[in-house]
Amino acid sequence: MNFPVLSVITFTPMVAAVLILLLPAQRKNEARAVALAAATFALILSLWTYFNYDQAAAGYQFVEKYNWLPVLGISLHFGVDGISMPLVLLTGVVMFTGVLISWGDDHPHVMAGIQDRPREFFAFLFILASGVLGVFVSLDLFMLFFFYEIAVFPMYLLIVIWGWIETREYAAMKLTLYLFIGSVVSLVGVLVMYWIQYQNTGLLSFDMLQMEQAGFSQTFQNIWFLPVFFGFAVLGGIWPFHNWSPDGHVAAPTAVSMFHAGVLMKLGAFAALRVGIMLLPQGAQTWSWLIMAFAAIAVVYGAYIAFVQMDFKYMVGFSSVSHMGLVMLGFSTLNQQGLLGSGVQMFSHGVMTALFFAVVGMIYDRAHTRQIPELGGINKIMPFATIGFIIGGLVSMGMPGFSGFVAEFPIFMGVWGRQWLVAVIASISIVITAAYIMRNIRQVFFGELPEKFEGHLTDVTVLDKVAIAVLCFFMVVIGLFPRFMVPMVQTGVENILRLLGGQ
Amino acid sequence: MNFIDTHLLSLILFVPALAAVIILFLPNGENKLFHWFTLGASLIPFVLSLVVWFRFDATQSGFQFEEAYVWYEAIGSSFHLGVDGLSLTMVLLTTLLTPLAILASFSISDRVKAYMMLFLFLETGMLGVFMALDLLIFFVFWEVGLVPMFFLINQWGSANRNYASMKFLIYTMGGSLGLLLAIQMLGVLFGHFDLVRLYEGWNSLDPTKTLLGLPVSTVKAIAFWAFTIAFAVKVPVWPFHTWLPDAHTEAPTAGSMILAGVLLKLGAYGFLRLILPLYPNEARIFAGALAVLATAAIVFGAFAAYAQTDFKRLVAYSSVNHMGFVVLGIAAAAFAAGTNDATIALNGAILQMFNHGLSAAGMFFLVGVIYERTHTRDLGKFGGLFPLVPVYGGILIFTSMASLGLPGLNGFISEFLVVRGAWPILPIYTAISMLGLLFTGAYILKGIKQVLHGPLNEHWARGEHKLTEINTREILVMVPLMALILWIGIWPAWILNVINNAVVKLF
Repeated sequence: MNFPVLSVITFTPMVAAVLILLLPAQRKNEARAVALAAATFALILSLWTYFNYDQAAAGYQFVEKYNWLPVLGISLHFGVDGISMPLVLLTGVVMFTGVLISWGDDHPHVMAGIQDRPREFFAFLFILASGVLGVFVSLDLFMLFFFYEIAVFPMYLLIVIWGWIETREYAAMKLTLYLFIGSVVSLVGVLVMYWIQYQNTGLLSFDMLQMEQAGFSQTFQNIWFLPVFFGFAVLGGIWPFHNWSPDGHVAAPTAVSMFHAGVLMKLGAFAALRVGIMLLPQGAQTWSWLIMAFAAIAVVYGAYIAFVQMDFKYMVGFSSVSHMGLVMLGFSTLNQQGLLGSGVQMFSHGVMTALFFAVVGMIYDRAHTRQIPELGGINKIMPFATIGFIIGGLVSMGMPGFSGFVAEFPIFMGVWGRQWLVAVIASISIVITAAYIMRNIRQVFFGELPEKFEGHLTDVTVLDKVAIAVLCFFMVVIGLFPRFMVPMVQTGVENILRLLGGQ
Repeated sequence: MNFIDTHLLSLILFVPALAAVIILFLPNGENKLFHWFTLGASLIPFVLSLVVWFRFDATQSGFQFEEAYVWYEAIGSSFHLGVDGLSLTMVLLTTLLTPLAILASFSISDRVKAYMMLFLFLETGMLGVFMALDLLIFFVFWEVGLVPMFFLINQWGSANRNYASMKFLIYTMGGSLGLLLAIQMLGVLFGHFDLVRLYEGWNSLDPTKTLLGLPVSTVKAIAFWAFTIAFAVKVPVWPFHTWLPDAHTEAPTAGSMILAGVLLKLGAYGFLRLILPLYPNEARIFAGALAVLATAAIVFGAFAAYAQTDFKRLVAYSSVNHMGFVVLGIAAAAFAAGTNDATIALNGAILQMFNHGLSAAGMFFLVGVIYERTHTRDLGKFGGLFPLVPVYGGILIFTSMASLGLPGLNGFISEFLVVRGAWPILPIYTAISMLGLLFTGAYILKGIKQVLHGPLNEHWARGEHKLTEINTREILVMVPLMALILWIGIWPAWILNVINNAVVKLF
């Protein structure tokens, strides 16, 4: 038997969470050290998996299967394909950098990072990470749900305890309600699928690879695609169910925002793809026009709302809505380029938005304001963070040479193949995005440094710089050398196209 | 040596970017080191492009020094580079102007490290556009050049830099949006972006078929306008030119040199490389409209330049005026493609691109020289400076004459070729353009008069404001420019050979 690398990656954060909780509460640095060690371990393992994924063989790899509840056909079935592999790596990266930037700084003026109860913070964060990883690697629908809920519930606590004091209770409740309602709707759909499969084939199984063969009728797919897809897509921030996400992003503490926008939204999109589109492909073809319409609205509307925000963090939050709209737009094309772009965009946006939230958090922790007009001249104090934000901004604008372009270009090509008018409309968002990113860089980073900040602000810590550098590294490398990621995603896309009937 | 021989273009392209990365790791605060290192690094591509220039076989058709690497296989884009006579001329112009602009930036002392890095990245971006033989790569570099220029204006510009840099960004990005969409559409239609193959496939499309639910001719017309607007903003063609005076005026001196010298050529290059070969029919149909815009640019550009009181703005508007001739040549060629007159007009247009690169860069530099000493660009505050700074005055007059189109200097050759080629094809527009030429003379003489001649403004004659003569470094910047201006003016055959060959083979 091979080394069960996926289980190890998935359960490392969980084990670390337990270890951290065993430490005494006042041993803050020890808790952080354990967290960092676990995150590093998970990152190294996911990198190892990434580079050992056999692209020529394609399909699901590193497969593990253990019986869990055989009576109901539930098993712990893990495996990754070209779509989920980059997302596992993404989770590793965001976990690692999230721990780094939460380490904090004991400077008297600064409350950077997590100084209040870091032990519990990291424990909850890691339970969440385990849940996220579990969803990405699960090939069993029940397990996918199981981990999905594990990923959602710590979010409530993380926001409500460590969040921004003004809105944290409201935002945490809103987020939790939205996501639970969404997942319940999906769950109903999934249970129906489970039942129909039993009727069709006499097989009691939650195994998705078997469910792909269940032969759901066209009518069934048309009816049940909508609840299953949109139930998950709520977490992917699809318009008009995106409302929870900017509030949640803003209220969450920095590392949680990074997780939230960087990884959790991918969770929704990924589950919508894997369960909705891959198990109900004919339903997806029936309703693709609706997803396309919603996604196109999200792309343009999200960008416009981001443009009018005065709060730095809200701006980043709405930019996520816009960029996740592009992921959904790629899904809705159901063709090779569109899905390929979405796959890359999920990774690219995850890294980029994690970087955005990290930098916003670093500034807020020091300046104690996020109002864009009140900020200015940050580059004189935090040059490294400034460069990081500029690179992130260029990715966000879809500037060639960075990962955002590699992702967005095929999405637009895919849309051209389906409906050229949507491509033209969605492209408006590129100009709006450029406008708000550049305006922001100019005002926050290069404007006049307000007098009240003179001598009060401190530069980011070394750990922060490491985190920024790691995140930028991925964006630049993929932008310059798409071959590090694109062929892998391509293998996953071909699998989806096969399910869609060789379209 | 073998590696260098087979990778000449990639080396020219990436040496600046590589040098920029190395600069990042050099110790902070060593301004002298940054200056000399950057200058040295930018001379390497210049030397290499001279090698390419001399090895280039002007008798051979098609692209030379081609290189192709896998880049983004999944959507059919490869990293395909190559040059013909047209792009080689532009590559040489870029690699020549960049070291001069860097030499001109030795007076910069604020954040030299970042400045030099941006400049080198900018060079890579511009060169990439000229070398790319893959539409996607073309677009990649088209956008790559934009960001460093934005920051150069925004960070090292003068008083109104925020407004100017934002305007520059929005105009160019807005223009390139259509380009992006059109490129995507072409990619979807053909499954690849390779220019050499597109030239054939695109033109052999059956015009009676439908694409994406629209007739082929409509799709082509839409794509044509998307390309045209993107390039028209960059050239800039009237009425898309209004970003130019702001950006040129607010940019730091070296930034203006590169903006006027090379960046404007990107737009004209786009017309020649993409629009004329890809859309010969549409170009012929719409050539009249393009000629109207070109004429407007020539005439209004000249009028506007004449009305300026700011020396740098005057030079900026002169770019609108001069680039109008490039577009006029292109319009004439599009209208009568294949005829002898069209060939002459195109030769003139391409040579005018090169010439304007030399003279505009020189003019902006000279404006910068006097601005650094006086901290004003107001023409009314100068006057009678010639006796104080005779060497500077001489150089300024020489460069202005090139810009004016004095026979014996380079501007005359190219403008004459354009007018000679366009005259039989578009007589009315050419005639109106000549009116613009008259005003070209007027505004240039006005500039010279107000700066150098007339009663001496005593303010600059003595005391702490005493005007100092142009120094050796600054003369060194001007010498290569003036030498080329004179050389092309007296004996243009060496460069026209290369250009003409490309023109004949291309169209």
